[in-house]
Amino acid sequence: MLPLPPGVPTAVPVTYYLILSAILFVIGGAGFLYRKNIITVFMSIELMLNAVNLSFVAFAYKFNKADGHIYSFFVMVVAAAEAAVGLAIILTVFKNRQTLEIDDIDSMKL
Amino acid sequence: MPTSELEKYFPVLVMAVIAAVMAASLTILSSVLGKRSKSPQKDTPYECGMAPTGDARDRFSIKFYLVAMIFILLDIEAVFLYPWAVVYRQLKWFAFFEMLLFIALVLVGYFYIWKKGALDWAIPERPRKAGPKTGTNLYREAA
Amino acid sequence: MPTNFMPSTEEYFRILPELILTLAGVLIMFLEALRKEGQKSNAGGVTLATLVAALIAAVMAGGSPGPAFHDMVFVDGFGTFFRILVLVVGLLTVLSSQSYLERHDAQIGEYYGLLLFSLVGQSLLCVSNELMMVFIGIEISSIASYIMAGFLRDDKRNNESALKYFLLGSFATAFLLYGVAWIYGITGTTNIDGIRQALLNNLPAVPLPAVGAAAALMLVGFAFKVSAVPFQAWAPDVYQGAPAPVSAFMSAGPKAAAFAVFTRVFLTAFGPIANRWEPILWIVALATMIVGNFAALTQTNIKRMLAYSSIAHAGYVLVAIVAHSEAGTAAVMFYLASYAFMNVGAFAAIVDYSRRNEKFVNISDLAGLGQKQPFTASMMTIYMLSLIGVPLTAGFFGKFYIFKAALESDLIWLTVLGLLNSAVAAYYYLRILVVMWMHEPGEAAESAPEASFGVKAVLFGSALATLVLGILPSLVLDFANRSANIIK
Repeated sequence: MLPLPPGVPTAVPVTYYLILSAILFVIGGAGFLYRKNIITVFMSIELMLNAVNLSFVAFAYKFNKADGHIYSFFVMVVAAAEAAVGLAIILTVFKNRQTLEIDDIDSMKL
Repeated sequence: MPTSELEKYFPVLVMAVIAAVMAASLTILSSVLGKRSKSPQKDTPYECGMAPTGDARDRFSIKFYLVAMIFILLDIEAVFLYPWAVVYRQLKWFAFFEMLLFIALVLVGYFYIWKKGALDWAIPERPRKAGPKTGTNLYREAA
Repeated sequence: MPTNFMPSTEEYFRILPELILTLAGVLIMFLEALRKEGQKSNAGGVTLATLVAALIAAVMAGGSPGPAFHDMVFVDGFGTFFRILVLVVGLLTVLSSQSYLERHDAQIGEYYGLLLFSLVGQSLLCVSNELMMVFIGIEISSIASYIMAGFLRDDKRNNESALKYFLLGSFATAFLLYGVAWIYGITGTTNIDGIRQALLNNLPAVPLPAVGAAAALMLVGFAFKVSAVPFQAWAPDVYQGAPAPVSAFMSAGPKAAAFAVFTRVFLTAFGPIANRWEPILWIVALATMIVGNFAALTQTNIKRMLAYSSIAHAGYVLVAIVAHSEAGTAAVMFYLASYAFMNVGAFAAIVDYSRRNEKFVNISDLAGLGQKQPFTASMMTIYMLSLIGVPLTAGFFGKFYIFKAALESDLIWLTVLGLLNSAVAAYYYLRILVVMWMHEPGEAAESAPEASFGVKAVLFGSALATLVLGILPSLVLDFANRSANIIK
């Protein structure tokens, strides 16, 4: 990497990452609430988890500590396990009902 | 000497503009200058190779999903090897055995899906048997 | 690099229950993979033996309290109490599941493996002293129970239940985790005691809105897990759709563990900002009691009714958390223990009665049970009386200690409204008693099979525990009082 001229901050400030992370989290949350397709809803949850990861890494960078990075690894692994289970559940739902529209899945109402 | 935020990121902007101009000009130039020949062959997605059959929106066999899910799981577990490798020299045998245990646990999972038949790609799809589901093959059930 | 990195034998000893459960879960997977087609699974026996071993390990680990693995885990009386509680719930679940699984030709080995993994997570939750461990514990417990909720994968209601549990559970976890990330960013630590110290030491300088927001995010996550209003909507659908033994398990085990960690995090880590979260929790507790009780009034499905009742009971426990005192913590412990027994018992009563594909799960189907199956009906009567809170049952002392703690903390209005709520609750529990004893036997009761041995054992054991806790509450309460001081 070329040396930057003096006076230029070497990196994007941490606050920017946090703001981006908050935006991603809100997008994920809104997607969860307003989307109708189960797969999209599920993707929104993954987006929220990744937003959290971004926060962890940004904070770890700020503190210059490794733990935040390791936490994001844990989040990733857990998210993968959750994704596998989630997709399996979605597959069985599709097999039984031939639909992935969330409003159609309502066999248990009052 | 860059002073404002805008100036700091000016090179990025220049690069984005150059990339956009390049892409646009190449597309326009080739459509203006290029010779046009229309034939059924030209309209296929791939000009050479296998002739496409069927609809692209076909449903895929469940086997692909199963393998993809298993792949993701085993693949992601490898992420723990990176921090482990960083501290391995300091922790020596302790780290070695801890990782051995971790890998062993992952391997048991692998052994399980293997024995359950999740990796037998070639098993022919048979009609599903009625009766108790103990020890049945995953594919036969999923198919 | 710290020189004392190598964990000592003592530290391994302190997580021995989790080690036993994990190894046994893996062993069951191994045996299951090697089992020939048509061969009978003996996973049930292995699981029972494991749970007994884990119980002994938990008691022994409780005998030498202390931290382990760089303060990631802290074994104390509070944690040990809940560890034993979730393991006992696991034991009752195993006993009540066997006949159900056999009747539905389900994969028995897989079920017990998942149950053990779920218990690993809950057991870890009870003793975790670090927000990252809390997250991992919640996820281990939840991921396994998502699958259990939809265990009969050809059943439409099972699928739906699993899907709803999964989607809302992961949504809640994301909130919890975002809160953890912010706490980490503000205090530089995820250790629960560390957070408390950091907040206490710099209280004037701490950015209170940011800490409050982080605490609120975590509150959302926990509220989902304990099914508190306004995040209770998943519970009725999930409990109704899941297999009956799984509903029993989910309404007692994961809930107790979630409450344990909820209490620990909010009283310890967020203790210094208690004046901020107490009013919010006050409203949540009241709303949870009201919504749970009033929605339960109109239910026709037993499982759904018990789901709403479990929401209402979560409200009572929240009252004890709002009390924010040692008496309150002890009341939380006592209440969750007594609630676990009466609720698992009530769900277990319909495990065999509902027949294949849970045909008979309406309250009206219980008509005449008293005539046809006096044993089951009498046990059910004990649970219902205990859920109402009639004296001489565990439920009475549970409520008594909660409202006593609330009064000591000057929560007079909450106590009054809570007591009025329990009066409302009596209606829908008594309705079951009336249907069971006063109505003529219907189709369901006429054809009811004898309950299996395991289910009978659960019914008897839970009823016995409910009565013992109701007559000699000091057996448990003394221990709860001694270990209620969770602030180190």
